[in-house]
Amino acid sequence: MTADGGRDLNRPVLQIQNLSVDYGMGDEPVHAVDGVDLTIHRGEVLGLAGESGSGKSTLAYAVTRLLRDPGVIVDGDAFFYHYPKDGGQPIKVDLLSSDKDVVRSVRWSEIAVVFQSALHALNPVLRVGTLLDDVLKAHNSQMTRRQRRARSIELLEMVGISGDRLGSYPHELSGGMRQRVMIAIAIALHPQLLIMDEPTTALDVVIQREILEELMQLRERLGFSVLFITHDLSLLIEIADTIAVMYAGKLVERAPARALFHAPRHPYTYGLVNSFPSLHGEQRQMTGIKGSPPDLRHVPSGCPFHPRCAHAMPECVTTTPPLIQVEDETGRRDVSCWLHDGRHSVPVELGISPSEAALSPGRVTAPALEDGEL
Amino acid sequence: MAATVSDMAEAPVGGNPPVTVRRGRVLRLPRSKKILFGLGLLALFVLWAIIGPWLAPYDPAQIVISTSQKPSAHHWLGQTQLGQDIWSQFLVGARPTLIVSFLAGAIATVLSIVIGITAGYVGGWIDDLLSMIANVFLVLPALPLLIVIGSFLPKGESASDFLIGAVIALTGWAWGARVLRAQSLSLRNRDFVEAARISGERTWRVITFEIVPNLIAILAASFVFTVLYAIGTYVALGFLGVLDPASNWSWGSVMFDATQGQAVASGYWWWYLPPGLAIALLGTSLALINFGIDEFINPRLRAAGLSRKAAKRRGTVRQRPQLGFTPVVRRRAVADGDVVSNRRLTGDVL
Repeated sequence: MTADGGRDLNRPVLQIQNLSVDYGMGDEPVHAVDGVDLTIHRGEVLGLAGESGSGKSTLAYAVTRLLRDPGVIVDGDAFFYHYPKDGGQPIKVDLLSSDKDVVRSVRWSEIAVVFQSALHALNPVLRVGTLLDDVLKAHNSQMTRRQRRARSIELLEMVGISGDRLGSYPHELSGGMRQRVMIAIAIALHPQLLIMDEPTTALDVVIQREILEELMQLRERLGFSVLFITHDLSLLIEIADTIAVMYAGKLVERAPARALFHAPRHPYTYGLVNSFPSLHGEQRQMTGIKGSPPDLRHVPSGCPFHPRCAHAMPECVTTTPPLIQVEDETGRRDVSCWLHDGRHSVPVELGISPSEAALSPGRVTAPALEDGEL
Repeated sequence: MAATVSDMAEAPVGGNPPVTVRRGRVLRLPRSKKILFGLGLLALFVLWAIIGPWLAPYDPAQIVISTSQKPSAHHWLGQTQLGQDIWSQFLVGARPTLIVSFLAGAIATVLSIVIGITAGYVGGWIDDLLSMIANVFLVLPALPLLIVIGSFLPKGESASDFLIGAVIALTGWAWGARVLRAQSLSLRNRDFVEAARISGERTWRVITFEIVPNLIAILAASFVFTVLYAIGTYVALGFLGVLDPASNWSWGSVMFDATQGQAVASGYWWWYLPPGLAIALLGTSLALINFGIDEFINPRLRAAGLSRKAAKRRGTVRQRPQLGFTPVVRRRAVADGDVVSNRRLTGDVL
């Protein structure tokens, strides 16, 4: 593993501070994202999980300023840090108040986004080669035609497609291949951050695994950071370094992937983790979370999760808990729950300290991935 | 399946207010200001058409000898050269105008449904034939044709509103038919239509239960548009004197009389201006309704996101939504002090 894949948890790539996003500006705006703080570091794979409508995609789109009307960013900041090749001081770019040209120059070449539906994202009348060539030509005018072609083939082979597919049209490719092409286009300009919005949701689990393994290999090799958005928490536990869980537009817990999975601290995370079976863990009783997510126009007072929470206390109804930093044997994490403010006794299931082995440092890597390391 | 749904509904969530399921479907249409204003205006005209003839102080054909044609206490809008009361003609004129245009709109819409949907759904040589007919009617110059047909219409009282409406409809259905044909062409290959065909539904049933409900918004817009067209055509026919001016008391005929009576040259604006304004207002009301339907069909047209009023309430300037640059409208002032690079990152990329 080359220098831990360029992972450096002290150097942020994307810093989101107190970001709030509304849909609509009328009398009843929908508060899709509410005061989220989140930092992605160099080389880190950050998984953003949450159920439908929790604001995870909205957050990512807002940060890249890609959110469509009627989405409005109403508060907060988002900074992107560009690290020059020569190792000089990073350049801090304010994504929310910079000029359009600056935002444009950062997007794609520095922050690339891969969407869920590759079929709609690829122009059906252009060959894959043309799509790749366009990107390279637009962002680097010095490259010759021959260089661009070589680079296109290299990119395709990076994502596991043979180079002679350059002449294919998107409809001639399978769903998995299209998604690979999307990833190839996204990484064509060596971005420092790759935002993936449910990139594998439309694919079957076998292809999903293949693509994610390739992605993780690429990440090790090229050293970019990944913001991976999905509702599939079990997937994140396999690929992410850190997992952030969102509920009703707020961040409820952020912790190292393994710690979050084996020792959830927030009642909502606990519910999520216990709602899907583990293939090779001990057998457990599956539980769901009763109730349904709140109406984002009228988010419950205090902690938005309190109507569904089994441990709700009077102050949960009145005051919104801040992100409380908890440090215990599972490492450092942030939890937005009054139970962990040190004044309350933590329920047993929210205070589990799992065995050392389950918490061995580092990312949980799939066996196949370890075999295929570069 | 139904049991699970009701189970979930019966398990209320802690502090959330109980969610009541809306039983009757609430029509969301009248929320738009445009449509409310348009409907209100149209309602006034309909009321006018109903009670206008009762309010008219004179019979529109009645000849009253006066010394002057100008407006007076007895004749609010003056008199024609023959001595007929223009105010009465104006009041009476609303009814035939509305009846004929709505009749024409209804007939043309039915024609366009039958021809357009049949062409689109059935296809083959029927489509070719019907499309050709529609195209022919599209390119035919409507007004000259109507003048020719109109001259054959029976004169006097027997020139019924229905007949005139039908003749106008004849020139007004083709555009709607083309739009409906295009829509049914794309609908007929949708899965739910194919499923209905596979399960052996009869053609008329597929059309009325699967296709037409999907076209209702377009039909409504097409109807309103055709009514608008019919008003213009009916007024034009009256104005040109194609409709018997002696028995027809539409606004077009009032304007025909006004032209005959040299109203413009004499500066008798009270003669031709009121019917002109009434026609313009009626047209406006229908156009507003049509815009409202458009917004209803295509919610993206609704400028709900960042209306100027809403922005003002927030104390910010309205920003036009631009694809790729989500507006930032902060609730608080921007904290200054952070060093922010505003230069393009070009040098060391790639």
